[in-house]
Amino acid sequence: MRRFYFVARGVAWRSVHNTIANPAILLPSLIFPLFFLAAFAGGLSRIADVPNFHYAPGYTAFQFAFVFLQSAAFGGVFTGFSIARDFDSGFARRLLVSAPQRSGIIAGYALGALGRWLITAVVITVAALIAGMDVLGGGIELVGLVGLGITMNLVAALWACGVAMFLRTEQAGALIQMPVFVVLFLAPVYVPLSLLTGWIHAVARYNPATVALEAARGLIAGSPVKLALAFVLLLAGAAIMSLFARRGLASAERAG
Amino acid sequence: MSSSGLTARAAGAGGPASIALATPSLVEQVGAIARRSVIRTFRQRALLVFPLVFPLILFAINGSSLTAARKIPGFPDVSYRDFALAVPFIQGALFVAITAGTDLARDIESGFFDRLALTPLRGSALLAGQLGGAVVVACVQSLVYLGVGIASGVGIASGFGGALVLLALSILIAFGFAGLGALLALRFGTGEAVQGFFPLLFVTVFLSSSSLPRNLIKADWFREVATYNPVSYLIEGIRSLIITGWDGQALALGFGFALALSAITLSLAGTAMKNRLVRT
Amino acid sequence: MSSSQPAIEVEQLVREFRKGPRAVDGIDLAVSPGEIYGFLGPNGAGKSTTVLMLTTLLPPTSGRASVGGFDIVRQGAQVRASIGAALQEAALDAILTGREHLMLQATLQGMPKADRARRAQELLERVGLTEAADRRVGGYSGGMKRRLDLALALVHRPRILFLDEPTTGLDLQSRSALWEEVARLAHDEGMTVFLTTQYLEEADALADRVGIIDHGKIVAEGTPTQLKEEIGSPTVEVVPADQSECDALVARLESFGTLARNGRGAVTVQLPGGESQLAEIVRALDQAHLKVASLQLHQPSLDDVFLAKTGRKLEGAGEAEDEQ
Repeated sequence: MRRFYFVARGVAWRSVHNTIANPAILLPSLIFPLFFLAAFAGGLSRIADVPNFHYAPGYTAFQFAFVFLQSAAFGGVFTGFSIARDFDSGFARRLLVSAPQRSGIIAGYALGALGRWLITAVVITVAALIAGMDVLGGGIELVGLVGLGITMNLVAALWACGVAMFLRTEQAGALIQMPVFVVLFLAPVYVPLSLLTGWIHAVARYNPATVALEAARGLIAGSPVKLALAFVLLLAGAAIMSLFARRGLASAERAG
Repeated sequence: MSSSGLTARAAGAGGPASIALATPSLVEQVGAIARRSVIRTFRQRALLVFPLVFPLILFAINGSSLTAARKIPGFPDVSYRDFALAVPFIQGALFVAITAGTDLARDIESGFFDRLALTPLRGSALLAGQLGGAVVVACVQSLVYLGVGIASGVGIASGFGGALVLLALSILIAFGFAGLGALLALRFGTGEAVQGFFPLLFVTVFLSSSSLPRNLIKADWFREVATYNPVSYLIEGIRSLIITGWDGQALALGFGFALALSAITLSLAGTAMKNRLVRT
Repeated sequence: MSSSQPAIEVEQLVREFRKGPRAVDGIDLAVSPGEIYGFLGPNGAGKSTTVLMLTTLLPPTSGRASVGGFDIVRQGAQVRASIGAALQEAALDAILTGREHLMLQATLQGMPKADRARRAQELLERVGLTEAADRRVGGYSGGMKRRLDLALALVHRPRILFLDEPTTGLDLQSRSALWEEVARLAHDEGMTVFLTTQYLEEADALADRVGIIDHGKIVAEGTPTQLKEEIGSPTVEVVPADQSECDALVARLESFGTLARNGRGAVTVQLPGGESQLAEIVRALDQAHLKVASLQLHQPSLDDVFLAKTGRKLEGAGEAEDEQ
């Protein structure tokens, strides 16, 4: 257990340190969510005038929930890019050789993803509040919101970790990113589920990301909905992805 | 092949009779480079497939997700899918820009550019050839977007003629953006720098009338930005052919901005090429 | 260019970079037609900068040079038509095949369409790439890439060939094969070859004449033999089988030349008469019944030449400079 902890701590520290020390990595992870918030909340705010669009905190908060979870997911995705780069550069091999408890490497990358995302989460939350976002939920609800973000980040990081370890090349980037992107956007991003029609409604209805998104919006509105279900789904996702990541690690170990 | 300019006899004792070489014509030079550019793109499937698939995925998702936008008072009396079809053409043009730029940057980084510099190849021919290759790819992309759009039920209000004009406009836009990609490559010389600009270009598409008509954008600052953003007029030019028919003003602005983009980027890229292709 | 005119002539060529030292600091050299000229120096000495200037890819700051009888500044296009160049990077397109590279090069060099395919095939056969001709270059080994690089430089049958560190990173077999081809080009086809290298044995094996460059200046020039003879005679290192016989060994050898002893129990004697004295030494040791554990002849190397001229060894000199 000690060795697991030390390995995880070392990998996580490196991940966070490299992000903070390298503006080329830090800035995009901050700027993109801010940009999406501005573009969606600003450019599409008229959507809130559509009949039957009801969301008490307003459209900015409506979009903030999506951007919050999206930034959490993509925080995990970017960690996958880092892992892939480590394999391309040979650093991952060094880690595999020197880590006494290799599963700590996965934990370390996941913790690093979380650390990086927390920075982003603070920045976009402050930006949204400055932009006038209304938050009707209290402290407990906001803790719940952060909890959703953390578990979303964990699911995505473990997914990204698994893909990166299976493929072990920077060219895995698209494969890491696209499924996460598609899953997120096949949720009620712009309007509530009740206002979606056609095939997108059918898909969004069964999309686990929809549950997480609705839960997040409920927390901001001070009326939690489907919160337990959201956590169950996300934690189940994390369990499945941790197995996937473990299999990826085994594949990397076999490749040498 | 024209024999203008230099003629050199290349001798080689022990080989067959020497071959008289003349400077190849501009057309031949452009053709050789364009051919290489097209071969490279079609052999790297990811470069072809991703720019086709990603904008269409977004089109499918946004086209359905934003159906409710039709209910906004003042929204054009068309399906949101019809409204949204213009966007993939612009997104595709961005991918063309990045691919053209990254290809050229890779040549500079690898030294292949120097190899080309040692031949009689003119800088203008190299630039035109790279952009020519990009145009071929843009043609394929535009045909696919239009085909998928029509197959998904989008009606082209301006008819068959309008579809041809739409293709011409989208190819011109792609040409202009490819010039931008080439400019970035020649100016910075690395693929990383070119790709670093991609998010910025992507942002310009979002901060436009890509999602809603400009007059329906509620946030004042966003509407102002979209109004001054040339990408809005490129999108609106294409969109007018799909949802309106023949809108002279929209087409004039669309073609006007596309031509201006092409002229500016080509001019700057030409200067950058002269600075990069240093030979005595 | 007449046969008496140098194929390459350089006069006080200088290249300065902004905010940097002079990469090339006033060099003079002349290369005769059909000669292999080895330009030897450590990393950062100015070799590649010189090649870039002579191949018209970098304008000189001052000085003049002519290649193939054409001025490198005023007649750049004619220079490029006369030369082939394989520069430091193999500079190939990983997505194209070997044949496609040659066809592209032939097109850009202005070769008639009817001749391109034939010339490409001829060169592929010549450099031993016929089997790999239609495979993408991305799958080629380092040696194959260098061979293709050479073939591309020869497409338009230039009279002068520039090779910038052509065997760096290659295995021994690939290196030997490339040496053979370069030697053949010069000796059988009369091609002038300007070869830069940081490998002593390459300059020794290939070059008719060597110019040694350091910090942008030519510090020595001549045939490899001339340069080595300038530095000194060969030496023989003798290790006695029985260390107690060392004094006897010294007494026997001191008549041959200047002696030196080293801490490993060996005795070194310089041979002013050259390596032909080695047989005499062996006979002398035999007559004196002195048994030896080893006897080695050391020829002065180009490294010794570099050391004598600059105070530093050539091998590792570039890396040491970089570290500073």
